[in-house]
Amino acid sequence: MSDKEISGVGAYVVHDSAHKHVTGEAVYTDDLPELPNCLHTWVVTSPHAHAKIKSINIKRAESFEGVEAVLSAKDILGTNDVGPIFPNEPVLAEELVEYVGQPVVIIAAQTRELAREASHLVKVEYEILTPILDVREALEKKHFVAEPHSLQIGDSKKALANAANRLQGEIDLGGQDHFYLEGQICVAHPLEDDDMKVYSSTQHPAEVQKMVARFLNLAKHSVVVEVRRMGGGFGGKETQPANIACMAALLANKTKKSVKLRLGRDEDMIITGKRHDFYFTYDVGYTNEGEITGIELNLASKCGHVADLSTSILDRALFFSDSVYYLKDATINGFPCKTHTVSNTAFRGFGGPQGSFIIEEVIDVISNKLKKNPHEVRKLNYYGTEDRNVTPYHQTIEDNIIHEITDQLEVSSDYQKRYDEIREYNKNNKYYKKGISFVPTKFGVSFTTAFLNQAGALIHIYADGSIHLNHGGTEMGQGLFTKVAQVVASEFQVDLSRVKITATTTEKVPNTSATAASSGSDLNGMAAQNGAQKLKRRLIKFAAEKYEVDQSSVTFKNNMVYAGDNEISFNALVGEAYFARVSLSATGFYKTPKIYYDRSTSKGRPFFYYTYGACVAEVLLDTLTGECKVTRADILHDVGASLSPNIDMGQIEGGFVQGMGWLTNEELKWDDKGSLRTHAPSTYKIPVSRDIPDVFNVEILKNHKCKEETIYSSKAVGEPPFMHGMAVWHAIKDAIKSHGNYEKEVKLNAPATPEEILRALDSM
Amino acid sequence: MVDSIQFLLNQELISLRDINPSMTVLQYLREKQSIMGTKEGCAEGDCGACSVVLVEIVNGELSYKAINSCILFVGSLHGKQLITVEGLKYQNKLHPVQQAMVDFHGSQCGFCTPGFIMALFAMYHMQKSFTVNEIHNQLAGNLCRCTGYRPIIDAAASIQFSGDHFEDKKEETKTLLLSIVKGGLLTFRSEGTTFFIPDSLESLLELRQKYPDARLLAGGTDLGLMISKHFQVLSEIILLGNVSELKDVTETEDQLSFGAAVSYTDLLPHFENNFPSLYKMVLRLGSTQIRNSGSMGGNIMNASPIGDSSPALMALGASVTLASLNGEREVLISDLFVDYRKTTLHEEEVLLSIKIPKLKEKQTFEVFKISKRFDQDISTCCGAFCVEFDDSIVKEVKIAFGGMAATPIRAKNTEGFLTGKQWTEETVEQAEKLLQEEFTPMSDFRGSAWYRTKVSSNLLKKFYLVSTNQLEDTGVVHYE
Ligand SMILES: Cc1cc2nc3c(=O)[nH]c(=O)nc-3n(C[C@H](O)[C@H](O)[C@H](O)COP(=O)(O)OP(=O)(O)OC[C@H]3O[C@@H](n4cnc5c(N)ncnc54)[C@H](O)[C@@H]3O)c2cc1C
Ligand code: FES
Ligand code: FES
Repeated sequence: MSDKEISGVGAYVVHDSAHKHVTGEAVYTDDLPELPNCLHTWVVTSPHAHAKIKSINIKRAESFEGVEAVLSAKDILGTNDVGPIFPNEPVLAEELVEYVGQPVVIIAAQTRELAREASHLVKVEYEILTPILDVREALEKKHFVAEPHSLQIGDSKKALANAANRLQGEIDLGGQDHFYLEGQICVAHPLEDDDMKVYSSTQHPAEVQKMVARFLNLAKHSVVVEVRRMGGGFGGKETQPANIACMAALLANKTKKSVKLRLGRDEDMIITGKRHDFYFTYDVGYTNEGEITGIELNLASKCGHVADLSTSILDRALFFSDSVYYLKDATINGFPCKTHTVSNTAFRGFGGPQGSFIIEEVIDVISNKLKKNPHEVRKLNYYGTEDRNVTPYHQTIEDNIIHEITDQLEVSSDYQKRYDEIREYNKNNKYYKKGISFVPTKFGVSFTTAFLNQAGALIHIYADGSIHLNHGGTEMGQGLFTKVAQVVASEFQVDLSRVKITATTTEKVPNTSATAASSGSDLNGMAAQNGAQKLKRRLIKFAAEKYEVDQSSVTFKNNMVYAGDNEISFNALVGEAYFARVSLSATGFYKTPKIYYDRSTSKGRPFFYYTYGACVAEVLLDTLTGECKVTRADILHDVGASLSPNIDMGQIEGGFVQGMGWLTNEELKWDDKGSLRTHAPSTYKIPVSRDIPDVFNVEILKNHKCKEETIYSSKAVGEPPFMHGMAVWHAIKDAIKSHGNYEKEVKLNAPATPEEILRALDSM
Repeated sequence: MVDSIQFLLNQELISLRDINPSMTVLQYLREKQSIMGTKEGCAEGDCGACSVVLVEIVNGELSYKAINSCILFVGSLHGKQLITVEGLKYQNKLHPVQQAMVDFHGSQCGFCTPGFIMALFAMYHMQKSFTVNEIHNQLAGNLCRCTGYRPIIDAAASIQFSGDHFEDKKEETKTLLLSIVKGGLLTFRSEGTTFFIPDSLESLLELRQKYPDARLLAGGTDLGLMISKHFQVLSEIILLGNVSELKDVTETEDQLSFGAAVSYTDLLPHFENNFPSLYKMVLRLGSTQIRNSGSMGGNIMNASPIGDSSPALMALGASVTLASLNGEREVLISDLFVDYRKTTLHEEEVLLSIKIPKLKEKQTFEVFKISKRFDQDISTCCGAFCVEFDDSIVKEVKIAFGGMAATPIRAKNTEGFLTGKQWTEETVEQAEKLLQEEFTPMSDFRGSAWYRTKVSSNLLKKFYLVSTNQLEDTGVVHYE
C-alpha cells in the first residue's frame, strides 16, 4: 500500500461528520442539552438609524411574568467594547444608536416567547438625528471609520497624462448576507468564581473569550469558549459572535443561570454585519491594444457604524485590485466610509473579491472601447513570470501560473469555438442572448496582519494507541477537522479512524487566531504536524532503544512500526512506551515565515504565496424580462497538492455558487430610513439547486505543488474559489453587449438582478 | 369534549392533550421532545432545514410528502405519521438516501442536511428515477449555502427505490393510522387555542357560523407564518383537510373543478394535461414542501396582490363557489377582490371549490411569473394572458396581473383596446403602450415601479411572440 492510501493526506476521504450530518446526530450549539432552568432571550434593538437615547424604561418589562433580567449598557461589568481592531465598538448602545437593529436592551426569561413579549414593554425614548446611509454621501463628507489608505507604485499621474487613451468611470457593488444556515447562537453557563463557560457558534473562540472576559471584567483564564462545529460561517462568525456571547454571558452572570441567546433569521440578518458594499471610481490609461499604462482606482467601502474589521478588509480589497494584472503606474486609494447601517464585516474573500471586481470592470470597459474580446485584453495585461511581476504593494510574485491555467482552460472549455458560436447565435436571435466570459483570479494567502499567522495544536496519544487531536481551528463545514486529522494520521501512518477529532476550546489551545483568511489548514495543519512530529520522535527514540537499532531505521507504516527487522503494531508500541514512562502528549506550534507588511509605506510581502484559477462562464439572457440562466461554467483551480481532493472540490463548487449569488440575485435592500427590507430567505434570494450551471465542469489543477513550504505542499482553498463567481457577472455583461451589437457601453451595477439587467438593456 | 392529538412519530404512537395545537411541529420536536435533528433555518418555510415527511393513507396506499415543520401546526398531525431524520437509520445502518449523501459528499456544515435527507426520502418513496430538472423541482425548497448543490443533485440522481423499514412495516403503519382516525368532529384545546377538525361540509359550515373569527386552515403555508414569524395567537382554528368536498377533483369535458383545499401537488397532473402553462407556473410556486401543503383556495383567500394563482385563474375565466349554511353562490375570480387583501367572501362563508373552464381550440393561454430568483420566490410581477381568436382577429381577451396593484387585477383598458383588432405586432406594440399607462404599481424590495411597468408590457409582447410561434421557448430556463 502506498503512503497515500493509508495515511489520509491526499486521499479521497469523506467529511469527518458526514455520517452524523445525514442522521441528524451532529450536535450544533442549539442542540446541546439544556441545563434545567436555562433562560432564553430577546434583544431589544434600535428602530432608528441614528438617534440619541434619552431614556430607557425597563420597569414594566422587569416585572413581566417569567422575566429574570432586563439589562442595558449601564449593567455591564467591564468594558462595553468588542472592537477587534479599534476601540469603542459597543455591544449595547450607550448614548447613541447608529443603525436600525442595534442592540439596546437584553432580556432573559423562562422562555423565548416571554422574553419577546416583555420586549414590547421596554420603552426607549430617542431623539432622532440625521443619518448618513449612502456610501457616496459618506465619501463626500469624508465620514470615515478610520484613515484612508493607499497603495502606490510608479507614477500614475504622469502615466495617465501621457496615455494614448484614457477613460473614467464609476460603478456600485452591493453587499451580501452570509446566510449561514445556522444563525448566530451562544449558550453561557455561569460557573463558580464568576467564571463562564461559553458555547458559541464562532470561527474565533479566542476572540469570544477575550471579549466576554473584558465585558464581565474577568481575566481570560476565567472564560472558556467551546465550539464543536458551526452550521456555516463564511466570515460572519469571525467577529459577530462576540457580541452575542457578551450579551448571553452578562445575562448568565446576573441571573446565575444558564442563558441561551439564539437569533432568529430576521434578527440575525438585521443585527449582524455583512459583506461590504463598494462604490468605485477609476481613471485608466491604455494603449491601442488595451495594455494598461496607468491607473488610479478609488475604492469606497460601506463600513457601517463602526470599524470592526473594515480596515483590514479594505486593505485586502486594495491588495486584490490588481487581480492577475500588472499595473506599473498605479495609485489605489481606499476610503472606509462610515454609514448609519449595520457594521459590515468579514465575508469569504474579505474584501478581495471586491478589489478584483473593479480591475475586471476596468479591463472590460477598455475592451468594450477597443471592440476587442476582453479575454485578449486580460491576457495582454497578465503579470509576467520573470518580469512585470511586482504588485502595487511591492511584493514580487514568484509563483505565477496563470498562463498555464489559461492555456489549459482555453482548451478544456473549448473557449474560442464557443465564443464564436455565441456571436453567431446572438446574430440570429433577437430576444434571447448568450454571453461568455473568461475570468482569471489570483488570491494572496495569509492574514495581512502578520502576527495573526500563528497556530497551536495539542495531541495526546492514549495508552491504547488512540489519538486525541485538538487545534485552534474551527469547523464550519469547510472540512478543516478532516484535513488536520489526515495530516496527523499521515504522520503516524495510522488509519484516520484512530484520530479523534474534538471540539475547539480555548482550554486546550490558547491565544489562537480566527479560522479565516483561508488559512485554517495551512496554519493548523502545520501546528498539528509539528505536535505529531514531536511525539513521533519520542516514539522513534523509544523504539530504537527497545530494539537496539539506529533511530534512522525506525519507520511507521500501515498501523505498524518497523525497527530494523522488528515489527510491532503502533498500538502495542504506544502501550509499551507508556509503561516506559514516555510522555505521550505534545503541543504543536506554527508561524508563517517570510511575511510582513509596513502599512506606513504600503510595502511588504503580505502574502506567503498565491493561489490561482480561472473560470469560463456562459449565460442565457431573456431581453424581455432580464431573467438570466447560467448555462455552463468551467473552472480550473489551483490548490497546490490537494490535502483532500473531495473536500477541496466542495470548496470550489460551493465558493463559485456563493460568488455567483453575490453578483446576481442576492440583493440587500434598505429603505430610506435605513431599515433592511430583505432580512429573510423569503426576500433575500441565495442560489438554489437549479441556479447552478447546467453544465458544471470543475477541475483541480493537476501535478502542481505550492512553491513555498506549506503543509504537504498544499494551498489554501476556502475563499479563492468565491472569485469565480465574477465570470458569471462578465458573461452577463457580454450578453448585454450583444444587445447593442457590441458597440455600446453597458451600464450595469451589481448585483445583476433581472431588474438591473433589464435596466442595462433598456439604457442601450 | 376535548380530544387528543394522535399521530405516529416515526414508529411510535403519540397522544397529546396538553399542548397548544397551534404550536409548530418544529418547536414541538425540538422543545418538547428534545429531538434535535430537525433544524430551524428561517421559521418561514423558505429554507427547508426543518423538512420532515408526513405520511397518510391515500387510496389505500401510504403517501410520503416532504413538509416544512416550521409552519406546520401540531394539530395538523392528527391521524398521520410524522417521519423525522432520526427515524431513517435502521438497525445501525444508514438509509439508502443517507448513504447516497455520504457517498457523494453532499454535506459540508451539515446544517441543511437533515432537511435535504427528508426531501430525498420523500423522493425515494415516489419509487421512480428523476431527471435533473425533476430533481431541481423537488429540491427548490432546500437551501444549502456550502456545497453548491452539485453533490446533492448527484446523490438524488443516484436514488433507486429498493425498499426500507418503512416499506416493510407499511401494513402495520396503515393499521395504526386507521385506528387513530375516527369519524365526527374533533376538538383539541389547550393554552388558549382551540383546533377543530370537522369531517363534513355541514360540520365545517356550522363551525364557520358559530366561530366567525376562527381562522380556516388549509395548507397553512400562509397561516403558519402568523405563528412562526408574526408570533400571533390564533384562538380558534378550523382545519379544512378532512372535508372531502374540499379535497375532490373532477374533470369534465369542458371544465376542471376542484376543492379549495386540494394541494398544488395534487393539482399538478390535472394542470399538466389541461393548462400546460399554468402547470409550468405552479411548478415554480413555492417549493415541493410548499406545494405539498399549500392550496389554491388558500392562495385566493389570502388575497395577496402578489399571489400567483389569481392572475392565471382570472385570465382563464375561472370562478369560485362560496358556501355557507345559507347556501352556495358562484363568483368569477375577476369579481372577487375588492381591495387590498379584501374579498367579497362573507364572514360565515368558506371557499368551497374552484372551477376552470377548459381551453377552447381557438384560445391561447400563457402565464409568466417574474421573480428575482427563478424558483421559490414571490413574484415581482405575474402576468396571465388568454386570447380567443377568430382567424387573426382578437375575439376575446383576458389579461390579468399580480404585483401591479393592490389586488390581482385585470387590464381592462388594454383588453378593450385589443378586442376586435388584428393580432399583429403593430397592434400589440400599441397595446404595450396602453398597458404601461394602465397601472401605477409600487416600488419595493422586489422591484421598482419602473421594472414592474416595463416587464408587464414586455410580457404582453412575449405572449404575442409565443402565440405566433416566434419564440421557441417561453423563457431561458428549462424546467419541465
Ligand atoms: C416558502 C413559501 C413560498 C411561497 N411561494 C409562493 C409563490 O411562489 N406564489 C404564491 O402565490 N404564494 C406563495 N406562497 C404563499 C402560499 O404558499 C400560498 O398562498 C398558498 O397557496 C396558500 O395556501 P394554503 O393552503 O397554505 O393556505 P392557508 O395558509 O391555509 O390559508 C391562507 C388564508 O386563506 C384562508 N383560507 C384558506 N382556505 C380557505 C377556504 N377554503 N375558504 C376561505 N378561506 C380560506 C385562511 O384562513 C388564510 O387566511 C409561499 C409561501 C411560503 C411559505
Ligand atoms: S426553518 Fe426554514 S423552512 Fe422551516
Ligand atoms: S452543508 Fe452547509 S448549508 Fe448545506
